[in-house]
Amino acid sequence: MNAVTSLPRDVALGLYRTLYLARRCEEVIVRIYPDDEMKTPMHMSMGQEAVSVGICKALAGNGDVIASYRSHATYLAHTEDHRSFFGELHGRTNGTADGKSGSMHLADIPKGMLGASGIVGAGIPVALGAAFANKQQSPGRVVAVFFGDGAVDEGAFWESLNIACAMGLPVMFVCEDNDLAVHTRVSDRRGYSSLPDVVRRYNCMVLEDESNDVEAIYRLGRYAIEQMMSQKTPAFLNIRTYRYLEHCGTAPDTDAPYRKAAEDAFWKGRDCVAMQRKRLLEGGVPESEIVKMERAIDADIEVSVAAANQAPHPGQDLLYRGVFHEAS
Amino acid sequence: MRRLSFGDAVRECLTQEMERDPSVFVYGIGVPDFKAIFGTTAGLAEKFGPQRCFDTPLSEESMTGFALGAALKGMRPVHVHIRVEFLLLAMNQIVNMMSCHNYMTGGRTPLPVVIRAIIGRGWGQGAQHSKSLFSYFTHIPGLKVVAPTTPRDAKGLLAASIRDNNPVIFLEHRWLHWIEDDVPAESFVEPLGVARVMREGRDLTIVATSWMNVEAMHAAKILAGAGINIEVIDPRTLAPLDIDPIVKSVKKTGRCLVADYDWLHSGFSAEVAAQVSELCFGDLKRPVQRIGFAPTPCPTVRTLENHFYPNAETIVRAVERMLDRPAMDLSGIDFYSHERRFRGPF
Repeated sequence: MNAVTSLPRDVALGLYRTLYLARRCEEVIVRIYPDDEMKTPMHMSMGQEAVSVGICKALAGNGDVIASYRSHATYLAHTEDHRSFFGELHGRTNGTADGKSGSMHLADIPKGMLGASGIVGAGIPVALGAAFANKQQSPGRVVAVFFGDGAVDEGAFWESLNIACAMGLPVMFVCEDNDLAVHTRVSDRRGYSSLPDVVRRYNCMVLEDESNDVEAIYRLGRYAIEQMMSQKTPAFLNIRTYRYLEHCGTAPDTDAPYRKAAEDAFWKGRDCVAMQRKRLLEGGVPESEIVKMERAIDADIEVSVAAANQAPHPGQDLLYRGVFHEAS
Repeated sequence: MRRLSFGDAVRECLTQEMERDPSVFVYGIGVPDFKAIFGTTAGLAEKFGPQRCFDTPLSEESMTGFALGAALKGMRPVHVHIRVEFLLLAMNQIVNMMSCHNYMTGGRTPLPVVIRAIIGRGWGQGAQHSKSLFSYFTHIPGLKVVAPTTPRDAKGLLAASIRDNNPVIFLEHRWLHWIEDDVPAESFVEPLGVARVMREGRDLTIVATSWMNVEAMHAAKILAGAGINIEVIDPRTLAPLDIDPIVKSVKKTGRCLVADYDWLHSGFSAEVAAQVSELCFGDLKRPVQRIGFAPTPCPTVRTLENHFYPNAETIVRAVERMLDRPAMDLSGIDFYSHERRFRGPF
């Protein structure tokens, strides 16, 4: 883990760039959330960004994604559009949905960000139909659906896994396994010991990662896509990771009863952003180049926040618009 | 014009829409099998192949989310359920996902999904294969709800539903599949959101849903024999509701009976009654009345089933009360002909 990169320099830098973008956007949210300009719940990705960034980059522009309600990193990794992101979180007309979706339902359908759902596991079935369409219309295109380990307790996960296997659909099931359903551990919720072992009994490729390393996850994603195409099966990726902040909100609830100090220290010792930065430095990328990139992202995010604050809130006419799609 | 059954009209529409647009596909539990959802999907798998007409695992929620995902990628799924009750297993995808996905993307997302489901009375179907559940769907912004009565409307409204860019719940009464009437052979569209005046009259307006139009037309014929002239209106699209022709009719007749094929409490009939009361208050000679299912689960045995479901006799009696007329002698009139032609098994 964390060996000097074997990826091309631009790929390794690109992974870091997007990781940093996702992390920095949320650090800015943490900073400005108390200003109460957003007035909406948020489920922060912080700590887990390597999963979304590694997989979305592995799709290499030829994939669709569906996010869980912990959608920020997935949305940013797939679209890199932080202007619309901050506009939407601020509930302004320069957002993705004029402020009607907020944090939990971020979508950019032309870019293949098909949606995010506040109902746990509800996005999983949507991946099936998108993959069915892709299989006919765009062979080689994959749908990656992100969900937490809690969503695996839902019937929709097992229904969808079975359907994808039975129909041979190009769906990549990506379990962002942070061991927590809100505050409840996997061990308190499951009547079986190993989820990957259960899924292996399906006609599905199963891959696992515990590194929280964006390059390892990226390579896993690339490998999964190759295998899905050659074997005509879906893939299930169980990727262990760790949530830094509270379930909902921007506070680091490190002292909450469900937290374990040793676990916290373990995962923060393998912070995905710090790991990739260290790897770039060890691989000979000058720190000045990295810092220059970071400052440029920082400045651009501030532009997005300012643009969001300056954009108008939607007027009452927009309340009634879009219940039905008008160009029927 | 050529006569066709409602069921064959549905099948002909699906065939023509699949020929017209390669993005249309039809699927659901039992859809391509030899029973073919009471014949309405017969021949589609053979004609269009297994990619465009296929069976599914028994996973209603996920196969409904499947429709949403396919629609997001530009396809036009038609998902079929042999009983509306199975949709209760898919309500998360319908209500939490499909109905609001366009709104949650700022109105930017066409979602051309049709969900066909069979409703109502069959042959001793009991409590779980007998409902309509209209208001479960009409309550939700973002869903269109269509319940055709005539074979012509079945064909034209289904075509309109498939071509619409919104989720449409398309509800077909089991017994309607046998009804025969004139249906154009060519492909055509009956616009959604437009009510149909089934019969003109001056004494009383009946607003009827689905099968209750058949009963209302039967009742109107009986009442005509006593000199009572009934207007019957089929909303056809329950949401969005075309209230204007109903208001126009009630302003003319001064009396409104809502004959719903569903429970009354918090039902579609309550919505119609409320709107008519608000919009026709000064013209009403009597309060709006409603008839519908008995407020019980649906029993299985026929003697109780006959009391559970309203029919033309129920309508005749309600109309007589609203017009202060004495009860007619209805002996010798056959009120259950459709039920008796059905020999099951389902």
